[in-house]
Amino acid sequence: MTSIDALAARLRAEIGPRRVLTDRQELRTYECDGLAHYKVIPALVALPGTADQVAAVVRACAETGTPFVARGSGTGLSGGALPHADGVLIVTSQLREIVEVRPEDERAVVQPGVINLQVTKAAAPHGYYYAPDPSSQQICSIGGNVAENSGGAHCLKYGFTTNHVTGLEVVTPDGERIRLGGPAPDAPGYDLLGAFVGSEGTLGVATEVTVKLTRLPETVRTLLAGFRSTDQAGAATSAIIAAGVVPAAVEMMDVLAIEAAEAAVGCGYPAGAGAVLIVELDGPAAEVEAQFAEVSALCEANGAFETRIAADDEERALIWRGRKSAFAAVGRISPDYIVQDGVIPRTALPSVLRRIGEVAAEHGIRVANVFHAGDGNLHPLVLFDDAVPGESARAETVSGAILDLCIEHGGSITGEHGVGVDKARYLPRMFSDDDLDTMQLVRCAFDPDGIANPGKVFPTPRLCGERPARRRGAHPLQESGVAEVF
Amino acid sequence: MGVLDELTRPAGDADVVCGVPARLVAAPRDTAEAAALIKAAQGRSVVIRGGGTKLDWGPPPRSLDLIIDTRRLAGVVEHAAGDLITVVRAGTPMADLHGLPGQQLALDAPATATAGGTVATNASGPRRLRYGTARDLLIGITVVRPDGTVTRAGGRVVKNVAGYDLGKLYTGAFGTLGLITECVFRLHPVPAATAFVRATTPPLHAAKVLAGQFAASALEVSAAPGAEPELAVLLEGTPAGVRERAATVARLLGGRVGERPPEWWDVPPWSPGDVGVKLTGTLSQVPALLATAVGAGATVRGSAGAGVLYAGFPAGPDAAPDGAVGAGRAVELLRAAAVRAGGHAVVLTAPAGVRETLDMWGPVSGLALMRRVKEQFDPDHRFAPGRFVGGI
Repeated sequence: MTSIDALAARLRAEIGPRRVLTDRQELRTYECDGLAHYKVIPALVALPGTADQVAAVVRACAETGTPFVARGSGTGLSGGALPHADGVLIVTSQLREIVEVRPEDERAVVQPGVINLQVTKAAAPHGYYYAPDPSSQQICSIGGNVAENSGGAHCLKYGFTTNHVTGLEVVTPDGERIRLGGPAPDAPGYDLLGAFVGSEGTLGVATEVTVKLTRLPETVRTLLAGFRSTDQAGAATSAIIAAGVVPAAVEMMDVLAIEAAEAAVGCGYPAGAGAVLIVELDGPAAEVEAQFAEVSALCEANGAFETRIAADDEERALIWRGRKSAFAAVGRISPDYIVQDGVIPRTALPSVLRRIGEVAAEHGIRVANVFHAGDGNLHPLVLFDDAVPGESARAETVSGAILDLCIEHGGSITGEHGVGVDKARYLPRMFSDDDLDTMQLVRCAFDPDGIANPGKVFPTPRLCGERPARRRGAHPLQESGVAEVF
Repeated sequence: MGVLDELTRPAGDADVVCGVPARLVAAPRDTAEAAALIKAAQGRSVVIRGGGTKLDWGPPPRSLDLIIDTRRLAGVVEHAAGDLITVVRAGTPMADLHGLPGQQLALDAPATATAGGTVATNASGPRRLRYGTARDLLIGITVVRPDGTVTRAGGRVVKNVAGYDLGKLYTGAFGTLGLITECVFRLHPVPAATAFVRATTPPLHAAKVLAGQFAASALEVSAAPGAEPELAVLLEGTPAGVRERAATVARLLGGRVGERPPEWWDVPPWSPGDVGVKLTGTLSQVPALLATAVGAGATVRGSAGAGVLYAGFPAGPDAAPDGAVGAGRAVELLRAAAVRAGGHAVVLTAPAGVRETLDMWGPVSGLALMRRVKEQFDPDHRFAPGRFVGGI
């Protein structure tokens, strides 16, 4: 019996035979996440139905030194949930209960497999919603959002997952269940919750999440403005920010992205636009109306040749449809494409866009640009045809060069998709060895054996050294009576 | 002469942390000098001091060889207005960051508190309701580790998920993981208009404000034994919008609109010699938590909108008003009430003599893991030894 067979037998006994998959055809279902060109078939898939079962699986992995990877809905775009060939894939999608919705406390407690949008649907009848809204919110899970610190179009005003999670129950890589944070703010002690959110599954598995609920805004106003160029649209964005307006979202698409969206969903954006801006304001009615007039004027002053204002929810949805379909839509104009995710200081937008255009032209590759203009988060879509020899390599080169541009301008190699397996090699371009070593001190505290999602985030694992540092029970000073009261 | 001799001076009478005198004091001028100092100070216990406004928070250090004073590590390195960020040295007074041209670091703090100290203690004030706390506003950080290694996390852009978010770990760590030398913060525009609404009304009416469409920037409560409780609301935005919302909130609470906050706004409810406690709880439990604290003889102020209250009361039973209980008993009562409310009670400050009798931090979840983190960063337990949770 191989070690995986032994592990499978143990897990079948502990969590039930139907929750353990070893059949190769069934395993193949889980070979990739949203970044489909990386594929690895896991040795075993576990489908726990309770937090106790997650802990049992992790404990079994810890005791046998077996690597494990947690996976939610599998929509991630950096290969963070790519399985380990000799490891266990822990799928959390069976943990899908909304445990509590407490509008009076502005909190909801949910299991990690709950879909992002379901939280908002559960809270909306009470006048609240869950603010982080990644584009995949109809299918992505809260557990995955926690692992990736997911953002979305509206994080310009409302922040990211990390700003909306106040409590977690976590299974640490040694199989223990612990609580970090809680329903109240500012839990005393190290902010391990803050370190865990966005750690991409390398510090353990979240089994319960306490999230903040946000009051639904009184008014939402959405404006679509057509410009001749991205420079004009960028200047309008700068003018809006400089005026002291904090929109809920500012999104930009360039001519190629518009072309793709039109081909895919016929969103009817202004004809002849070299760029469109979508600006959304929300909040109390009087505030929104006053600021909306200012935003419209600033768009026109910076060259908008057509502005449209959504009259109702339907028109608002129409404006957003082009934007939200953009990633998939480029499939209409290119057989293959890479979705890049980088961040630059917003003011560097015009020069970086020009450089992207130049680099793309040098390599004979087209790049469509879709981005969260308000916070400088670029999503260049690098278009190529895998059937043309050498083109995918050239696309990779352009894609990497875009990340270098982000770093050169003081930005980041990822704003919301994560490092995962895809960008681990780029992380040392942004951080020194000492910086990465320091991050891995945290890894060593949580996971000294490196079994939680190994090979992700960090290009070079750190050896964690001696283990006796892992104390259990009371502090020695407390035991010896030196410091019974802290 | 060794590096340590060059960079330090003998401690004076004022160089004391919670009654524990230091032997040496150093005030490095930049990150490189701080790193050299910390490398040279291996084997010595260290406490970091900024403006000293919160140096009495937490238990005394178990030992204290060296105070690192950050006030020469001061100055705004960069204010990128178009990107709404600022890069500042850790010793920069918060007053400098509250009034950047047209923009602000929206983090309430005493004027002489430093940026680094505010981050290290995770201190906050009324406007946390709208803007969050240091953990939400800090986007990049430079830290000298206890072994002298200079290390950075985060960056200069707000949206960034590259690598672990260590800024959160250092925030509120009370200097137990290293010396913060530089911070990058996200900024907010200064609002065009502000107004305060003040009302004498039961605290449970805070819920009406939260349930309304007022987008309050702060929702504060003040209560004390024998006094009528008050609520105060800060509204920010466009002149017309603020006027309208303030009038509606004033009608809702039976209060009045003013340009200035009440005198108790963002003022801790304790004086030297008192016990000061931070209480947290879920929003619906804030009235009950308040009632318990006032019943125990405490003056209470804080954010009814965020679930963070501060309670102050005299330390000795002699000084306590009628019906009040001793400090130890009061902390027990408050802690039980905070736990019932889903939160915590942390004693921030107490006078010598009383401090030693109190469990200042109280029970903490995840303590074993926190010890492992400390062990990784500071295996010799030199940085702020004994000042943090569980004796870390």
